[in-house]
Amino acid sequence: MLIGFYFMLREGGIKASITEFMTLLEVMQKRIAGYSVEEFYYLARACLVKDEALFDRFDRVFSAHCRGVQQLFGDGAAEIPAEWLRRHFERLMSEEDKALVESLGGWERLMETLRQRLEEQKERHEGGSKWIGTAGTSPFGAYGFNPEGVRIGQEGSRHRRAVKVWDRREFRNLDDSVELGTRNLKIALRRLRRFAREGAADELDLHGTIESTARNAGLLDIRMVPERHNAVKVLLFLDAGGSMDDHVKVCEELFSAASSEFKHLEYFYFHNCVYEGVWKDNRRRHTDRTQLMDVLHKYPADYKLILVGDATMSPYEIHYPGGSVEHWNEEAGATWMKRLLDTYPKAIWLNPEPRGRWEYTPSIRMMSELMESRMFPLTVSGLEEGMRALT
Amino acid sequence: MTVQRFTGTDRYVVTEDLMTAVNAAVILGRPILIKGEPGTGKTQLAEEIARGLKRPLLQWHIKSTTKAQQGLYEYDAVARLRDSQLGDERVHDIANYIVKGPMWEAFEQEVQPVLLIDEIDKADIEFPNDLLRELDRMEFYVYETHQTVAAKHRPIIVITSNNEKELPDAFLRRCFFHYIRFPDADTMREIVDVHYPGLKKELLNEALHAFYDLREVPGLKKKPSTSELLDWLKLLLAEDVPPEALSSDDRRKTLPPLHGALLKNEQDVHLFERLIFLNQRDGR
Repeated sequence: MLIGFYFMLREGGIKASITEFMTLLEVMQKRIAGYSVEEFYYLARACLVKDEALFDRFDRVFSAHCRGVQQLFGDGAAEIPAEWLRRHFERLMSEEDKALVESLGGWERLMETLRQRLEEQKERHEGGSKWIGTAGTSPFGAYGFNPEGVRIGQEGSRHRRAVKVWDRREFRNLDDSVELGTRNLKIALRRLRRFAREGAADELDLHGTIESTARNAGLLDIRMVPERHNAVKVLLFLDAGGSMDDHVKVCEELFSAASSEFKHLEYFYFHNCVYEGVWKDNRRRHTDRTQLMDVLHKYPADYKLILVGDATMSPYEIHYPGGSVEHWNEEAGATWMKRLLDTYPKAIWLNPEPRGRWEYTPSIRMMSELMESRMFPLTVSGLEEGMRALT
Repeated sequence: MTVQRFTGTDRYVVTEDLMTAVNAAVILGRPILIKGEPGTGKTQLAEEIARGLKRPLLQWHIKSTTKAQQGLYEYDAVARLRDSQLGDERVHDIANYIVKGPMWEAFEQEVQPVLLIDEIDKADIEFPNDLLRELDRMEFYVYETHQTVAAKHRPIIVITSNNEKELPDAFLRRCFFHYIRFPDADTMREIVDVHYPGLKKELLNEALHAFYDLREVPGLKKKPSTSELLDWLKLLLAEDVPPEALSSDDRRKTLPPLHGALLKNEQDVHLFERLIFLNQRDGR
């Protein structure tokens, strides 16, 4: 029984090792847990899952195992794509609709039906009364009306119900593909830290002193070294305005995290695509510009370049001179991007738009090509990938 | 052998999942790694396990400069050098200059002790890897004196982490893991009850309301946690603030009294003031 469970976990993306599985068996043998499923759930989680970001995945596998559902969890096959549930419209319903909807069965039945529907349904759906989507009368989906409905992917608190612990899925917020808080950001940015000893030698090198004293036949020979500090230098370019308004909060958080993490941080703003001028103060963007050429000359190539923007614009803004929406640009955005990337070989683009939408937006595809695929989503895992690309 | 089980103490509330994980660690003698939001009682857990099971507690607080070796022992070369230059007799026995670290101390205890390794993520990235064998076998070798130190009783090792660095997989495989979730309102009521048994009921209700409302405010840099709530309650009690001062009408229009205990960041206070200002304007 447990071996099946173990392999289900591995298929579900929880790479628990054999030793960890053996530990679980040992614990079971010593009868630490009684015979309740709940205790087994807690034990198995403590033994096999070592990252709270995976708790939600574990809950899903456990729930499937407990129901004996032979359902495979591929890459989030059972996760309802948030795309389906994006709110496009909210609608009020008539009294008949309400009565109709109320005739559906209880909570457990709803969940079972939901599972079946999920398997049948492959596409995004909106309206209607059976499929899962937004603003419809089906019991599944958000922003619609069904008193017994299951809310999926809707912001705001869910009602607490007497469901099983693992079915409550309380850890879904910790899944690491979701968005960030300042603290998470700081931690992700910390991957970039490179300690180096530079500057005046003002710290006693104890080991060096001991070694050289020993060589010196016991006569004290004091050695000093410079203090260790973070030597990473970062050049941050932020898209400001236009379509970025939706992402202001996450960009603010990124900025505050970056400014406290890096000693050498220089930032500039641009709009949609980088052209000849960038600015430091968004209120004085038209009067107080810095020439990009000056930036390229001032900061040496060991700076790491991080561009933040949704890259959502008209393709003209990238490829044609004069394509900018704000001013007449003599040279195309792509030319300026190339100059930037030639100067700073270590560069990434962070995009707050969800990754799934990238391929449908031509300008994001073009920008990603310009970046040689070094474009990452602005989520914890995306940021970590990005930091790895930078080091 | 009857096994002692940890079920919480008179001043520490454990949830069932935490209890299960701790007991598994105690019985198998394997380390338990505790993560969770700051202020949810990770460090205190070790103290309470020691108190609950009546075991000695040894603490090892990790800093960014801590090396794994320091937990085992250190060879005080400087003292020996000085002694040698002064012609002290002690200099001939190297064992005089071996300073025991917290892990060695824990290995020598006559009863199973509790060893707290606090904030392991503060240390260098290699730190956990350097302790793998020691945590696994509970023994290590002292090169200077050619002796092997083995644990008399496998200590209960509680390791806390604030998630500032990822820990290596090899290390994680050897630990039990528990993530302390932020307590829900009912657990919080229990926790407060344990700390302030005589607290007036209305005051507690109003305070918890104000507290959870505050945690819901979007964009706070540092959400107030359990330990901050407890501090705040202590202040409210000391100042004898009436429950009415915390009731919901007021809350939307003014900062809660003594908010300094809950909001530790001036930007958060500004944000909150701005929200209050907006609320006042809308309410008019």
